[in-house]
Amino acid sequence: MKHEEILHRCFRCGYCKLPSNYTDINCPAYQAFRFETYSPGGRMWLLRAWLNDEITNSKRFAEIMFSCSACGNCVEQCAFPKFKELLLEVFTAGKEAFLDAGQVPAPVRDYLTKIQLHGNPYGKPGKKRPEWAADLGIEPFSDQEYLFFVDDVGAYDTRGQEIARSVAGILQQAGISFGILSGEEVSDGNDVLAIGETPLFEELARKNIDVFNQKGVKKIITLSPHSLHALKNHYPGLGGNYQVSHYTQLLAFSMGKLKLREKGTKPCITFHDPCYLGRHNWDYQSPRMILKALPGASVVEMDRNQKNAFCCGGGGGNFFTDILSAEEDSPGRVRAREAARTGAELLAVACPMCAVMLEDAAKVEGLENRLQVREVSEIMAEYLVDG
Amino acid sequence: MKELIDRLKKIVGERFVSAESEERYLYSMDMGTMPPSVPDLVVMPGSTEEVSKIIRLANEYKVPVVPMGGGLVLSGLTRALKGGMILDMKRMNRITEVNPKSRYAVVEGGTSEGMLQAYLKKHHPELKHSLPDAPPIATLAGNVCIHGSGHLSVLGGYHSDMLNGMEVVLPTGEVVRTGSCSVSSDWFGKAPLPDLSGLFMGWAGTTGVVTRLGIKLYPNYRYSDLLIFVCEDAEDMPDVISRLTSTQVAEDMTPWMTPIPEWAKGFMHINIAYGAHSKEELTFKRNLLQMSVKEYKDKKIGGFLPMPPPQKARYMQIPTPDLVRFADVRKGGGFEYVGAIMAIEHFAEAYRAGVEIAERNDVSYSMGARVVGAGHSMMFFYAYAFNRADKEDMARAQRALEETNAAALEMGGIPWKAELPAQQQIIEKMAPDTFALMNRIRETLDPNHIMNPGNWERT
Repeated sequence: MKHEEILHRCFRCGYCKLPSNYTDINCPAYQAFRFETYSPGGRMWLLRAWLNDEITNSKRFAEIMFSCSACGNCVEQCAFPKFKELLLEVFTAGKEAFLDAGQVPAPVRDYLTKIQLHGNPYGKPGKKRPEWAADLGIEPFSDQEYLFFVDDVGAYDTRGQEIARSVAGILQQAGISFGILSGEEVSDGNDVLAIGETPLFEELARKNIDVFNQKGVKKIITLSPHSLHALKNHYPGLGGNYQVSHYTQLLAFSMGKLKLREKGTKPCITFHDPCYLGRHNWDYQSPRMILKALPGASVVEMDRNQKNAFCCGGGGGNFFTDILSAEEDSPGRVRAREAARTGAELLAVACPMCAVMLEDAAKVEGLENRLQVREVSEIMAEYLVDG
Repeated sequence: MKELIDRLKKIVGERFVSAESEERYLYSMDMGTMPPSVPDLVVMPGSTEEVSKIIRLANEYKVPVVPMGGGLVLSGLTRALKGGMILDMKRMNRITEVNPKSRYAVVEGGTSEGMLQAYLKKHHPELKHSLPDAPPIATLAGNVCIHGSGHLSVLGGYHSDMLNGMEVVLPTGEVVRTGSCSVSSDWFGKAPLPDLSGLFMGWAGTTGVVTRLGIKLYPNYRYSDLLIFVCEDAEDMPDVISRLTSTQVAEDMTPWMTPIPEWAKGFMHINIAYGAHSKEELTFKRNLLQMSVKEYKDKKIGGFLPMPPPQKARYMQIPTPDLVRFADVRKGGGFEYVGAIMAIEHFAEAYRAGVEIAERNDVSYSMGARVVGAGHSMMFFYAYAFNRADKEDMARAQRALEETNAAALEMGGIPWKAELPAQQQIIEKMAPDTFALMNRIRETLDPNHIMNPGNWERT
């Protein structure tokens, strides 16, 4: 297994379970299950035991491995600078070894099968991919400055489609030249890679790269931070070199082109950092710049924010596999409660997966009357003069 | 066993009981050198009531129960030596009260040091509690129960001295309270009642399960500073410590001696942390500390180490991840230490013994101490790093630990949170009637011998 030489160097001190201010558990899987086995250190020790034939690769062990949402908190907080950067790669390698051994939780298997067969985890045909944009008048990509890349959730999930339409509408109002693809593209593959199915990821990435290159794409705006991460950091290794930005990064610097109005209300907003925009790509400011520019709005922070943000639990394929669903201890519900404690009436998100996860969580928690989960572009749209 | 598991699931919920091989493997050991002992299952209670029900059930089935907090003790005290269940307490992590005027906090038995630190910082920035050098996931209850010490120990003694009272589930399932909270709704202290808290501290979980505890809080100063005194002769250390503690201004004093980095080798360092409400007060306290050891400076046999601000900030970080990084010295993820509680005057003897043992066993070492009270005693530690993947290296560290325990006892010290072999060494030296009393107490409290059996027993 890749990186197996560092497994025994984990002391299991537990810094990886916490944010840097120690307010609460910050590893989604450990928060959900609470057994030491589900913590990053637990995984390190179990993988070593497995390679040493002290334990076998059981169904339980597979659940432990695939419950990792790849949020990156462990990498951020690990006390050992000489190998902390490799932690997620170790877990991905562990999942890869489980896939090779055929020991995979059924929802993970189904998720991967659908992507393999259909190019997306919804099992829907590619030609339906651009349906979210129907009636918006968005041109197919030809020679526009940007390609607007919409991930699986934005393309196929009802709520995700609303978000994709909202973002596209603002890009249009900001006068940004962009086009979309017509269903030739497939899943960005980000979470497939986090799950450890590297060959499938490479297949997906190569398909997308071929499409991008054929169309002459140079600059890409992504709807999802997951797409941002894959396209920006993993596609170059496969020959796909583009200037990739998350839409909030582009809009943060386009605010001057948009006319904003007073709404008559002064909403208090708290922002949930998406792991793949924040911890994985170190951008904590773009969404906040947008929110702080809204007339009358104020931004309050949750105890765990920016590099300490608590993951919604949707990463690493868990959005689809739902392994982290854990009643009141599920990461989404814990995060929704934390947001409500700030007193904010709006919980802003910048990722379609986070939006769905946290909306569902807020409903289950009975918070919908005092905490609305809204995507940054949707909040912004209400302030646009022509919005 | 299946019937027991089903009944446990009814108490705590299906998700919080496991007899799976993964949990049984991981909970069979800690990060130290003690060999694994595999539990039959792991249970995670969410309330005192659940703990009580679990304990009653364990009595019914005569199944051992091993309470566990952060699991960071390193000396194997939370291993299920005779099977049974590990009671992972960390779901019980609520902070139920902070009394800012009487300066105490009441927390559940699985509350981590880090969580209380964060809570106080946010809600009561004028207060702090004494943090051990353990990682922040370590639990307050666990640390108090092992007589831990921390960064306010010169001020307040051992963490068990900072205990105001406890709620404990007895080995027979009854819930008792010790200290003022047994009579009053306030958790202000142990006086004036018979001190029953002692029945649960230092016993390695053999007398009950702590489900709540009240601990003392202290003023959090606006200004903090650190001095490092350095001298070359270990024989001078008791006098230096005595002089520094006589000023009564330090919050924490931690001597340290390490062969790496090279500039530190052969020198005795003492980190002296102190704080103040104003800059003038801070200067006054600094002057007091410096004046107390002026004679050493005048004789040119000691002095204060100049420190650039970033280095000072690193030394003042509480807790600091630098300490666990010692585990990577041999690129092997392991270290364990003997912390010997002893009188200050044995400092030089303790230091020499540590160097001899480390060199004889060819182990990477770091030594240090924490002064407790106004020099009333110290916890002198000998930490040995090992490579977990190298059995011979682990055996070397284990040998060094055993020799160190013996040496500590020989010079009048007592190994702290003693691992099983060290417990035997202590029992051998203990007054026989004292050990007999311990056994009578255990027999009375735990007639079915279910609480962490194997510990504090003569083999």
